[in-house]
Amino acid sequence: MDFSNLTATQCVNQFASGEVTATALVQSCLHQIQQNDPSLNSFIRTSDSALPIAQALDIKRAAGKPLGPLAGLPIAIKDGICTAGLKTTAGSRMLEEFVPVDDATTVKRLVEADAIVIGKTNMDEFAMGSSTEHSHFGISKNPWNHQYVPGGSSGGSASCVAAGLTPASIGSDTGGSIRQPASFCGVTGLKPTYGRVSRFGLIAFASSLDQIGPMARSAEDCALITSVISGHDPKDSTSAKNDIPDFLATLNQPLKGLRIGICKQHFEEGLDSEINDSVKAAIQVLKNLGAVITEISMPHTPYAVAAYYVIAPCEASSNLARFDGVRYTHRTEGVKDLAEMYCQTRAEGFGNEVKKRIMLGTYALSSGYYDAYYLKASKVRRMIKQDYDTAFESVDLILGPTTPTPAFQIGEHSQNPLAMYLADIYTVSANLSGVPAISIPCGISNRGLPIGLQLQARSFDEATLLQTAHQFQMETDWHTRRPNQ
Amino acid sequence: MNAATTQEQRQSISEDDVTIIIGLEVHVQLDTKSKLFCGCSTEFGAPPNTQTCVVCTGAPGSLPVINQQALRLSIKTGLALNCEIARFTKWDRKNYFYPDLPKGYQISQFDKPICGLGYLDLFDQRDKSKTRRVVLERAHLEEDAGKSIHDESKQGGNSRIDLNRTGTPLLEIVTQPDMRSAAEARAFLNELKLILTYLEVSDCNMQQGNLRCDGNINLHIRVDGQQIATPIVEIKNMNSFRAAERALDYEAVRQLELWKQNGLTISDAPKQTRGWDAATQTTTLQREKEASADYRYFPDPDLIAVTLSEEEIDSIRSEIDRLPAQWREELIGQHGLKPYDADVMVGQGRGVIDYFLNVAEGCGNSKMAANWIGQEVLRFLNESEATIESYPITSTQMTELLTRVVGGELDQTRAKEVLEQMIEFQLEVQSAMDKLGIKPVDNQEIEALCQQLINENPQVIEQIKGGNAKAVGALIGKARKLNPNASPGLVKNTILKMVGG
Repeated sequence: MDFSNLTATQCVNQFASGEVTATALVQSCLHQIQQNDPSLNSFIRTSDSALPIAQALDIKRAAGKPLGPLAGLPIAIKDGICTAGLKTTAGSRMLEEFVPVDDATTVKRLVEADAIVIGKTNMDEFAMGSSTEHSHFGISKNPWNHQYVPGGSSGGSASCVAAGLTPASIGSDTGGSIRQPASFCGVTGLKPTYGRVSRFGLIAFASSLDQIGPMARSAEDCALITSVISGHDPKDSTSAKNDIPDFLATLNQPLKGLRIGICKQHFEEGLDSEINDSVKAAIQVLKNLGAVITEISMPHTPYAVAAYYVIAPCEASSNLARFDGVRYTHRTEGVKDLAEMYCQTRAEGFGNEVKKRIMLGTYALSSGYYDAYYLKASKVRRMIKQDYDTAFESVDLILGPTTPTPAFQIGEHSQNPLAMYLADIYTVSANLSGVPAISIPCGISNRGLPIGLQLQARSFDEATLLQTAHQFQMETDWHTRRPNQ
Repeated sequence: MNAATTQEQRQSISEDDVTIIIGLEVHVQLDTKSKLFCGCSTEFGAPPNTQTCVVCTGAPGSLPVINQQALRLSIKTGLALNCEIARFTKWDRKNYFYPDLPKGYQISQFDKPICGLGYLDLFDQRDKSKTRRVVLERAHLEEDAGKSIHDESKQGGNSRIDLNRTGTPLLEIVTQPDMRSAAEARAFLNELKLILTYLEVSDCNMQQGNLRCDGNINLHIRVDGQQIATPIVEIKNMNSFRAAERALDYEAVRQLELWKQNGLTISDAPKQTRGWDAATQTTTLQREKEASADYRYFPDPDLIAVTLSEEEIDSIRSEIDRLPAQWREELIGQHGLKPYDADVMVGQGRGVIDYFLNVAEGCGNSKMAANWIGQEVLRFLNESEATIESYPITSTQMTELLTRVVGGELDQTRAKEVLEQMIEFQLEVQSAMDKLGIKPVDNQEIEALCQQLINENPQVIEQIKGGNAKAVGALIGKARKLNPNASPGLVKNTILKMVGG
């Protein structure tokens, strides 16, 4: 049986009702992966325990025992998120052999909800990249066109959902790493509010920006998964104690009177005209649903990418210092002294993009440069936050394109890294300010590549994001489009 | 300042022209059950790497969570040291590579330490005008690193790392360069340690590395009306307060001699780090800070900044009991102790003071209690390297013993014998007295005893009659031999009365 078009919600419902077995769902996923992933390369590895867990779940259901809210759902996990006993590499040679002792809190919550971890997805090394071209384990492909990148850094997690290999996946988003690949691959991806989901077990790229979130085939699926992975974690000091609303309960509320702001800075120079048109069409759909559209200005938006590319590398340069060959990691042998062990290990273990960012961050934090870079970027960050606070005084949501262009070709930006950094232009602000943001499909380009729409909300108001996205998806079918396989 | 000097000028310097400038950095391990950012035990002496978890080993994906008790103990210390307590404090990463630093950075505090400016007064009890105030620059909380165990055999063996200590909470207390001699630095360390132990924030055990200190020292020298400063030296590896005093003394002499030879001042030479070598009793060069290390401090994004309310600080303040200085005042003022005795007693710690207070109140004679504790008890503790908590005689037993002395039932000499018996055979006061055959002697017996002595010692009696009352002392020892229970005072008075002297 082919279950590759089932949504996560359908999987869970059909498993609960006995229409399908968990074993069949997992077998279908594994089969799809076996058939399609050699060319896509969205997975680094699959889990050997997925099938036994599914069989145990079938027995549990047959015995009439209570089932978790995600029972029967096969889910893929980005390889930067720790899975106990299952290698977790963050796409790096450095962690090629790293087997975590503990599950990340997100994984623990998924497992406790009876979801089935199917495997670990490919990513840009240490989540540094927007294309999944920078993985030690090879380039991932965009299932809509294998000449194109799936986006990144959660490219594997986007690609496997778009290609029908799994109904849902977990990604992480530091500057757009869930939303940009979701947009490139035509899936729905949510970056929750900073602090909504525990970061414990997420191999840190930039701790003040990183956030784990779901990638799936609908906003409803994202709501289902988000309600499981959200919530305070005593192991993460930055995780919030805010109540978790019932995200599913508000999905069907009408949008009448919802105030949506269109940020004019998102429609200026550099925006692809097809994306502009698709987003404008989406605005019309929401208008028809009763939303009130107004234009707003967020004047510090143009400085967001610059601030991001100071803050993120600074934090990364420190976060990645632990990969020094002493423990957990690859180590170069046969060196003459400690300094050489450090240098050789890090020279061999890290890829070029990672090295570049470590050097950038180390430089920006250095004595004499700190004020000009890190401190100034932190000030810009506060101004961007201020922009959001001001905007949310008059609107409930901010709408715009997720990316300035659809997916680019593999290798297209290899000579011009700045052009790739600009792929994050609309997404980084949500990380800098901490607000939640979602990307949903809203069109297909002439070349047959998906186009994404981004919605951003007040901190801890994922409910409105998910509700609006769901209402849009009730009116449109962009999210149901699949690549020709 | 720091002008060039001639050889001649430098040789003409006398001791009075030289001022020693000393500042200290003291690392104190706070007495928490668990580490600063995880739940691992801080117990000393466990087998290597048995008290570690993903947080202290820096496993990918692990995150620190602050130990609130460490924060409280830091604030308590800061309050006791008269520091400004920060209402807003945060955590910063100090980045450097070393194998016993698993994360590649140490979580510390850079520009917003938990404790700001404070001071510690070094009292001179005999002359209060000589009280010296050492200003404290700051005190900040940080995590300790692990321990590297290097192969000392020179056979090229691997270095090994023990991460048990990684993440234990340290409070780093930094003074201004306010100390003017090595002895004063030692006095500061003594008083600081005393305060910390009275606060029960640290056991300050230097053998276990729970208190470590580094010193910064240079000289200010007056040369023909100008002041010259010698290059600053940081001394490490001062493993005891005595070592600290010796190292600083040594270094002051070394710097003066060196300056006399080469005339180099603080502006001519970089700061040096030197290590104290206990074997040779010298300092040796460890490194020269040409360019100071760049630790790339920045706020730790894994931890949230701490905001403290007045209520929280007040609640911690209310937990602070009397400090050593207050105890000294009280023992001198209220209990009549001599300053020296009060200082000795306070130096023994809270346990001894409590013991004293119990006994003094119980027997109703503070001076006697102070003498007994100052002599008998402390001598025993010193000789047996014991603490008051393990002293075999409880304060209740001591009270009972001294009550009998106060009541005249026992004289001091006999009481000491009783005490010896009590310690040796673990006896109560009465049993020890019984064992020694001590029982009350009535007046008739005393009179009979005195008559016997008068009869047997006519020469002594002659002397007494001749106006030398002190001669009676010769009879006291004889009385004791005849009846050890006879009170010497009573014997003396009775004889004098009978002789009519």
